[in-house]
Amino acid sequence: MTKELISILLTAILTQNFVLAKFLGICPFLGVSKKLNTAVGMSAAVIFVMALSTAVTYPINKFLLVKFDLEYLQTIVFILVIAALVQLVEIILKKYIPALYNALGIYLPLITTNCAVLGVVILNVDNGYNFAQSMFSSVGGGLGFMLAMVMFAGVRERLDSCEVPKFMQGLPITLVAASLVSVSFLGFTGIVENIFG
Amino acid sequence: MAEKKSLGKELTKGIIAENPVLRLVLGTCPTLATTTSVESAIGMGLAASVVLICSNMAISALRKVIPDKVRIPAYIVIIASFVTIVQMVVKAFLPSLDEQLGVYLPLIVVNCIILGRAEAFASKNPVLASAVDGLGMGIGFTAALFLMGSVREIFGAGTFLGNSVPFLSENPMLIFILPPGGFFVFGVLMAAVNRLAESKGKKKAELRGCEACPMAKSCALNKKEEVAQS
Repeated sequence: MTKELISILLTAILTQNFVLAKFLGICPFLGVSKKLNTAVGMSAAVIFVMALSTAVTYPINKFLLVKFDLEYLQTIVFILVIAALVQLVEIILKKYIPALYNALGIYLPLITTNCAVLGVVILNVDNGYNFAQSMFSSVGGGLGFMLAMVMFAGVRERLDSCEVPKFMQGLPITLVAASLVSVSFLGFTGIVENIFG
Repeated sequence: MAEKKSLGKELTKGIIAENPVLRLVLGTCPTLATTTSVESAIGMGLAASVVLICSNMAISALRKVIPDKVRIPAYIVIIASFVTIVQMVVKAFLPSLDEQLGVYLPLIVVNCIILGRAEAFASKNPVLASAVDGLGMGIGFTAALFLMGSVREIFGAGTFLGNSVPFLSENPMLIFILPPGGFFVFGVLMAAVNRLAESKGKKKAELRGCEACPMAKSCALNKKEEVAQS
């Protein structure tokens, strides 16, 4: 059991990285990865929201949607629950834990429309994970997002001091750099199966 | 006559001048994820276009009813409803496409092109213009996906729509259909488009990330960066 959970966690972080293998959450990956501290703050908020929305949507899915044969409403219900949840968390943090709000809260509205959050929730349902498995896959997905963001922030800081051909400047070279970072993650292929297989 | 002309303009601007993917840099997630083959790229493009046209029309029709404060949640509900309909249709009639697109089909809900057009265009313009705008943007999105999908399938699998391409089918470069190939092809394509735009005296496509995001105004990240800059 523990072995399986750790394997799900590692798969989500390394081999099936949300950003670099599944292309979820590309907008913040390209948009917010310019500086290391924003990258860390944003990803911490993503981990938090991913775990929270999984914890909330899992019972909703199991005890409402599946029970009453309403699975076709999944997309609508999940996005609304996530949007409402993010708003709620923002209000609560602002009122009661201002320190945490200043660190993470500012990223919260951005996360509502982040496809990684809705993506992880839907993927958990599609994979038929139970509650523990869903939580591990969400936290793993979030950690993988953080790893990719932090690594890429480092790459981009180096890119700033490089001389880039005129037409590759800006977005094109950033995408090519992302491609190389993604190649490095291909190196993890099979590692989880080999450790736990 | 004047109105006809402007409608034509709404249609064509989405295809080239304001191509959502290559010029506005929106909807990057599906662009990278579903272009491993031409078939799934077209499928994704069409599915998103249908949602875009329908939601643009619905939002435009309701633009005077929806209170300003709750407009984003209202838009999300409308978009999610259309996505659900498209999801059901695809599941029923094109099960193989449903399998290929997988989680990216429901994720059309959070495609920033759709929410972006709702906020930038449909909420301010009449129904017909919004529908035409959606159609143009949809064609532009599909065309960009088709272009990406063609490059990746031809080089990565040596096929085009399942038909094998001479020479390349014996030596496919697998990396093109793997995730790194997606980033690479997109980057090179952006560079080519920038080169073309520059030669016509237009501005380069910039990653506007936050600016293009419909949540930008309510998002504190922007405010924080402004503070840091000032």
